[in-house]
Amino acid sequence: MKRGASVFNLVSLTAGFAFLYLPILLLVIWSFNASRLVTVWGGFSTRWYGSLFHNEQLMGAAWVTLRVGLVSATLATVLGTLAAVALTRHGRFLGRTLFSGMSYAPLVMPEVIMGLSLLLLFVALKVDRGLLTVTLAHTTLTMAYVTVVVQSRLATFDRSLEEAAQDLGCTPARAFWSVTLPNILPAVLAGWMLAFTLSLDDLVVASFTSGPGATTLPMRIYSQVRLGVSPEINAVCTLLIGAVAVGVICWSLASKWRTAAGRQPPA
Amino acid sequence: MKASWPRPSALIPYLWLAIFFALPFLLVFRLSLSDSALSIPPYAPQIDWSGGLAGFRRFLAGLDFDTYGRLVSDHLYIKAYISSLSFAAQGTLFALLIGYPMAYGMARCRPQTRNLLLMLVILPFWTSFLIRVYAWVGILKPEGLLNAGLGLLGLPNIDLLYTPAAVQIGLVYSYLPFMVLPLYAVLEKQDHTLLEAAADLGSPPWKSFWQVTFPLSIPGVVAGCLLCFIPMVGEFVIPDLLGGPGSLMIGRSIWMEFFANRDWPFASAVAVALLIMLVPPIVLYQRQQVRALEAGR
Repeated sequence: MKRGASVFNLVSLTAGFAFLYLPILLLVIWSFNASRLVTVWGGFSTRWYGSLFHNEQLMGAAWVTLRVGLVSATLATVLGTLAAVALTRHGRFLGRTLFSGMSYAPLVMPEVIMGLSLLLLFVALKVDRGLLTVTLAHTTLTMAYVTVVVQSRLATFDRSLEEAAQDLGCTPARAFWSVTLPNILPAVLAGWMLAFTLSLDDLVVASFTSGPGATTLPMRIYSQVRLGVSPEINAVCTLLIGAVAVGVICWSLASKWRTAAGRQPPA
Repeated sequence: MKASWPRPSALIPYLWLAIFFALPFLLVFRLSLSDSALSIPPYAPQIDWSGGLAGFRRFLAGLDFDTYGRLVSDHLYIKAYISSLSFAAQGTLFALLIGYPMAYGMARCRPQTRNLLLMLVILPFWTSFLIRVYAWVGILKPEGLLNAGLGLLGLPNIDLLYTPAAVQIGLVYSYLPFMVLPLYAVLEKQDHTLLEAAADLGSPPWKSFWQVTFPLSIPGVVAGCLLCFIPMVGEFVIPDLLGGPGSLMIGRSIWMEFFANRDWPFASAVAVALLIMLVPPIVLYQRQQVRALEAGR
């Protein structure tokens, strides 16, 4: 049986990837179009990028989003990693079923419901909505993703190494810090990246939980997009897409380099 | 081993989830039983802690199912639930029809090509969801790219933006990677000697596909379908940006009830009903994941 790609395979792959990438490609092209119209090519121009950097509302929103993303991704990584360790290493403990249910549920929960419920919590606690509440909400939203990524890594990691460390006199905390953590670090970092991008991207939960003065970039984009296609938004989108593409390419190059450099296979 | 108390390191995420995940749900549920009111809190009834147990009993007696009664009697909401389910079911089906050949084609490529294609499937997931949906506005709007293309071919224009078809396109487009990834994971692992055996025994390729490849890929099909279906039902951004007033979806109803009508108790009731609807597919998915995890060990 030959393992090559048949014509049918080629056609379905080409069509499928064209479907996935054409809209993104078009946005990038439009962002460099001097004309406001999507069907008219008015020549290559960077004017929308220029006006973008003078748009204080958008720049302010980008700054808010960045701060929320950095803080919530870091918190979510710590909490999600602790949850993953508890789920794979602590055996049975009281309320484990509830704990594992709560750890995964945010993955499949409709965002509208998460946003609404968190808002009710903040109202009940009489916390003013703003930067703090969005950050707390995003931490809760994204920690489940960290848990899943880290847990799948922990599941394949050889436990006997940790046990050996503990036999040699390490406390469990020390064994975790100097044996387990270095080994699961790629997964922890991947979890952080995932949490960060999810936080940058979130519109629904942020809309429910943010207040005046804490408008995030997706909220700002959304309110402008509702009024129709805007070239400045195309420019923002292109910058975001470019940042993600560069990040992913660096990541894959780094992991390729790591596997090529260190011949010792990761456990 | 006897169940023990959770260790301190587990207690931190545990408490966090209890406060920021479980407690808010109880609040939604409690609010959904309050009296509908077109204002902001406090809502009747309130728990009167000074009254002790009697106060609590008074509070319980004050709760009612009025909001749910309204939900059931209002055709608009029943319609929105049904149309959300049908949008999600159709979207899942189309995603499967497009995603299966893609995953199959990817699994047939050489390993290096496979890794590149896999990255290309994952990459859109990292770029903003909102942006990708918004890109379709420029394509589908009346003076957009699609109609310009049709005009060049001498075909009549079609207005897709703000129609149910546009919502459907947006759903399939946004969730296609969720369908391709689990399918690819299953197809890539498949033992090719099985197909060789089938061919040796005289089975034509198409027959081998339906009798060998497809049945073996069913776990991936189920996982992919659930991964698409569950979030599609509660989708807000896609029907809001691409759909018109005719494309009712429940996620959008909750949003409108909350932000436009400011009826928080009713919005909560709509949310609780949505959640109840999603419980069966979520349980199915989790059970399947556990089974896959155990099979992989």
